[in-house]
Amino acid sequence: MSGIKKFVVGSFDDEAVLFPAVKNVRKAGYKIHDVYTPFPVHGLDHALGLRETSIHTAGFIYAITGTTTALSFMSWVFTKDWPLNIGGKPHFALPAWIPITFELTVLFAAVGMVLTFCYLCQLSPFVKKHHFSSRATDDHFVMVIECTDKTNEEELQSFLKNNGALDVNTQIAESGWWLGRYDREQKLYREELGY
Amino acid sequence: MSHNFQLPSSYKKWTWGLIVAGLLAVLYGFIMFHPFAHPAHTEGVHGGDSSTRFWAVLLQNSVYFLLITNAAMFFICVTTLALGGWQVAMKRVPEAISSVVPILGGITFIILLAIVLGGRTDIYHWLDASLYDKTSPNFDKILNGKHGFLNPTFFIVWSGLSIFLWIWLGQKMRTLSLKTDNEGQMDLVQSKKWMDTNFTVSSFYVVFFGLTVASTIPWFWLMSIDPHWYSTMYSWYTFASTFVSGMALIAIFVVYLKNRGELEYVTEEHLHDVGKFMFAFSVFWAYLWFDQYMLIWYSNQPEETRYFIDRIGTAEKSGPYHGIFFFNLIVNFLAPLLLLMKRGAKRNWTMVTFVGLLIIFGHWIDFFQMIMPGTMAAKAELLPFEFGVACLFIGIIMWGVGRYLTQHSLVQKNHPFLKESMIHHT
Repeated sequence: MSGIKKFVVGSFDDEAVLFPAVKNVRKAGYKIHDVYTPFPVHGLDHALGLRETSIHTAGFIYAITGTTTALSFMSWVFTKDWPLNIGGKPHFALPAWIPITFELTVLFAAVGMVLTFCYLCQLSPFVKKHHFSSRATDDHFVMVIECTDKTNEEELQSFLKNNGALDVNTQIAESGWWLGRYDREQKLYREELGY
Repeated sequence: MSHNFQLPSSYKKWTWGLIVAGLLAVLYGFIMFHPFAHPAHTEGVHGGDSSTRFWAVLLQNSVYFLLITNAAMFFICVTTLALGGWQVAMKRVPEAISSVVPILGGITFIILLAIVLGGRTDIYHWLDASLYDKTSPNFDKILNGKHGFLNPTFFIVWSGLSIFLWIWLGQKMRTLSLKTDNEGQMDLVQSKKWMDTNFTVSSFYVVFFGLTVASTIPWFWLMSIDPHWYSTMYSWYTFASTFVSGMALIAIFVVYLKNRGELEYVTEEHLHDVGKFMFAFSVFWAYLWFDQYMLIWYSNQPEETRYFIDRIGTAEKSGPYHGIFFFNLIVNFLAPLLLLMKRGAKRNWTMVTFVGLLIIFGHWIDFFQMIMPGTMAAKAELLPFEFGVACLFIGIIMWGVGRYLTQHSLVQKNHPFLKESMIHHT
């Protein structure tokens, strides 16, 4: 998946323009690498044809792992390893364990899902990915299209412009991630003129 | 859009079939169970005879079905207060369900009057006047302490007032809604004014609902069956039980109307939200169920554990409600939890209908095990009489809902939030 690839990047400044553009680009058969937006755009995942996330299923599996861990650990401790008489209750005191079971279920589900989410999004300290446009975190919706051998760049650029892109360029960039803090050739804002 | 919904003949057939079957069951009970005879009350022996059964079953069904129809109005009022927009496309359905409150409220009030004025100490033990007589051997110190609250006058006045205010405030909400049908599109100023009025009435309703359904009414109507025992979770528990059943009832009617090709703006997005309510409040109900159970189990005080010993029994000897008690937990918690967990299930019309029916039946059983152990003890039955009386109330609800739905437009087309509901997306 990863490696140095060639991309055509088009920036939009309006959701209302972005949606038909996404539709047209897909219809024309181009492969959209991703669309970077400053905020979550409702329905964009659907427009891009992304499949439903399976993170719920992962969450369910983490949750039942938590339930099983809590119940099996407590039953082992209180019936086998260290049976204590607590208020004359039976050693296998299920009602008393439910709150802990619940907490562990939630904890496993929550932590597991956050970690899974970070893994899927490749989010971690010192994991760096190429930024196609720094305005994607400010006011631009940035559509990135992956070029293949058959892609005609000029044609694609004018196609994007005709669909309302304000700023179109071609970039050769690393599509995966690398370890580091900044883009290799990136200038920090504070080093830029006029900051 | 001005066309009115026509009830299909199958709906009418079922409505009248259920009402006739229910009336036959009540008539059978009336003749066979001698409802006005009093059971021979032997000190220390629990469990009524067939006349107790007659009143206990009527109490169970009237209170349960009254509270679930009333929950529909609570749903309208809380969504109004939250400035919710999504429910507008199907708002006429909970309105129609709440339009049955006057009928069921009247029936419930008559049944409560008959029980209290008839001195049914087999249902409400605290009605026995000798309990408060210091010279009598029956004198009961605990109940004497509760006498200021638990006495027939306060019971009747507060029950009557509660039912009346539910009806009156509910009627006001429905009138406000129906008024918009004939008045055309509102402009901004009119919309704001209309929403303000809705807001005010809803606030009164919700506050009063908190004072009644979420606190005093379950104490009076249900918890006072076991007058020595008390639980601070009880009213919340009853509220959760009836609210989740109310949501299930709304869901079933929405699916029914959708199947008939009505409610054009209701999509699976709306169904998803109703499904979320059913899922969430099933879990909420289980939370309260567990709170009530665990605290009593943990502290293990004889006067508190009595409630559960009457139901589940002890470790040595299982009680008569052992099966029903745990069935209740499975059908009202585990089943909705597992069946409605997936996103797709909450958007599936068949699944929501199935779980809705399960929830309504499950909480009916829940009410059964709340009322019967304190009245019938080991002699309670689940026979055609019990189900027949339930049929009567279901028939009445179907009749009332059908009447409201055919008389008014199924969509409140001039609601200021209708657009928001049409484009609703979860």
